[in-house]
Amino acid sequence: MRILCCVKRVPAPGAKINVTDDGLAVDASHLGFATSPHEECGVEEAVQITERHGGEVTVLTLGPPEAADQLRYAASVGAHHGVLVATDGSAWDPQRTAVALTDAIRGLEAADGPFDLLVFGNESADSGGFQVGVRVAYALGRPIVNGIKGIEVDTEAGGGVVRARREIDGGFEVYEMPMPAAVGVKEGINLPRYPTMRGRLASKKLEIAEQGSDAEPGGQSLVRLHRPRETVTETVILGNSPEAAPAVVDVLEELGVV
Amino acid sequence: MLLVVLEHDRGAMDEAAREALTFGRKLAAQMGAPLHAALIGADDAELVSEAGAFGAEAVYTAVHDVLSDFGPEAWGEAAAEMIRQLNPGAVLAGGSERGNEIMAQVAARLDLPMVANCLEVDLNGGAGEWAITRQQWGGSLLEDARLVSERPLLTSGLHTLAAEQAEAAVEAVAQAVEVDLDPSLARTVVKDRVVLEAGVTLSTAPVVIGGGRGVGSPEAFAPLEELAAMLGGRVGCSRAVTNNGWRPHSDQVGQTGTRITPEIYIASGISGAIQHWVGAKASKRILAINIDPEANMVVKADWAVIADLHEVIPAITEEIRRRRA
Repeated sequence: MRILCCVKRVPAPGAKINVTDDGLAVDASHLGFATSPHEECGVEEAVQITERHGGEVTVLTLGPPEAADQLRYAASVGAHHGVLVATDGSAWDPQRTAVALTDAIRGLEAADGPFDLLVFGNESADSGGFQVGVRVAYALGRPIVNGIKGIEVDTEAGGGVVRARREIDGGFEVYEMPMPAAVGVKEGINLPRYPTMRGRLASKKLEIAEQGSDAEPGGQSLVRLHRPRETVTETVILGNSPEAAPAVVDVLEELGVV
Repeated sequence: MLLVVLEHDRGAMDEAAREALTFGRKLAAQMGAPLHAALIGADDAELVSEAGAFGAEAVYTAVHDVLSDFGPEAWGEAAAEMIRQLNPGAVLAGGSERGNEIMAQVAARLDLPMVANCLEVDLNGGAGEWAITRQQWGGSLLEDARLVSERPLLTSGLHTLAAEQAEAAVEAVAQAVEVDLDPSLARTVVKDRVVLEAGVTLSTAPVVIGGGRGVGSPEAFAPLEELAAMLGGRVGCSRAVTNNGWRPHSDQVGQTGTRITPEIYIASGISGAIQHWVGAKASKRILAINIDPEANMVVKADWAVIADLHEVIPAITEEIRRRRA
């Protein structure tokens, strides 16, 4: 199995998200950065699949040179290769990002053969465009389903199939795609492991293939980020002990939910 | 024409589609264009008439073998084909998981920009340039964006406006559109469905009892379960709880979990980090139980009890039992 995972470096959110003075980025000076949660689970899933079926996981990211940290983190939990499409750190729109990733994947496949599975996050935690994985899969002619919270690879069935589960209200849907295929995964598909000491050492030795991209900007551009107007809620304190229970039940009765 | 792609599940209209029709009606008025709707994989008279109640003058329907159940590629290609034939000035879908997925498929197929989870859209003088305010970080941060496109493809932020029927209902005209779809698109059509639980679910429950890190252990959720069962509600939890393996991820309320919309959300032992708040904020009312009066969840709640949830929750259950007796 050859699996490719796309990940995004995003600020690690705390209790509040602040914006830089120019309004063009999240002020991450007190936050640090992490792998977007859906994609962290995507890497874990890919590593688990190769542990069961053999093969290798390549992790691809588009971002500033510092996004190499996220590739090293992926290597520390079991990914084998890292590829960075370096930008100047400005926010790339979804179309441009998709074109750059598609080009990079074509290059990797031309050199080493096709990937059996492409794994994307359902949406990035920060800009949340909900489209990059779909655009890339379409450009490469691969089937893709989003919202995936369970993957089972069957290499025996006619050329290989991916059975994928998507959570719906009160249950799940099952999809069955012929490989090569693509999925947009969601957090909850697994509980990602923590890096081991050996993993950390291995990640330091990871050779990161760095490349640029000549993808042109798409139709959407960022003007300014700002925090939503906060509605101030007058909180009514019903009590400071379990003796507040009757007051709580009064509220529930008033709302007609008892 | 402004075209709203209606999300439905086997003929049941999704709330996100009603929200999109409501948002689309305002946008169509701003464009001075009629509101029309697209119905994929169904030509149900009830759906057509409901779209009319929201102000859609025409409902285009596409029926085909590969549209027998949901499939992102088949639905995306059907919508793209309807757009090629109908030439709408703008296209909108609800900002649900499916709505965003269908629109992404449409955008890929038509090679046009797509802007997800919009709150405000301004024609900005027209001429193919649009000023948009959209959600980032699940709505914790807003982005003012400029969109240059001859045909904006948009989704409306989920649960950011209440679905409202038009003041004057319209008798919507149903019109079938022939779509020629490749049978290979069936490769991503739903193959099977498994129902794990009947009845109320986390996203539809009228009451949600939430538990956070403060609950302390998987076993300590039992009193929350008891109260939820008593109120016909469901137990939800924070990301800290699922990361600790105390509850399944399907119980998680948040940006990467479920967006809940109950009459009341009783959040106990939850600090209210941004990730959680994104999933909780569409609750109509919030009651927080926390020992920390400064906790974000307490500050944002309508009511609060500043005490230990392990004592308060059983006391509430007991009080309800006493009054019912």
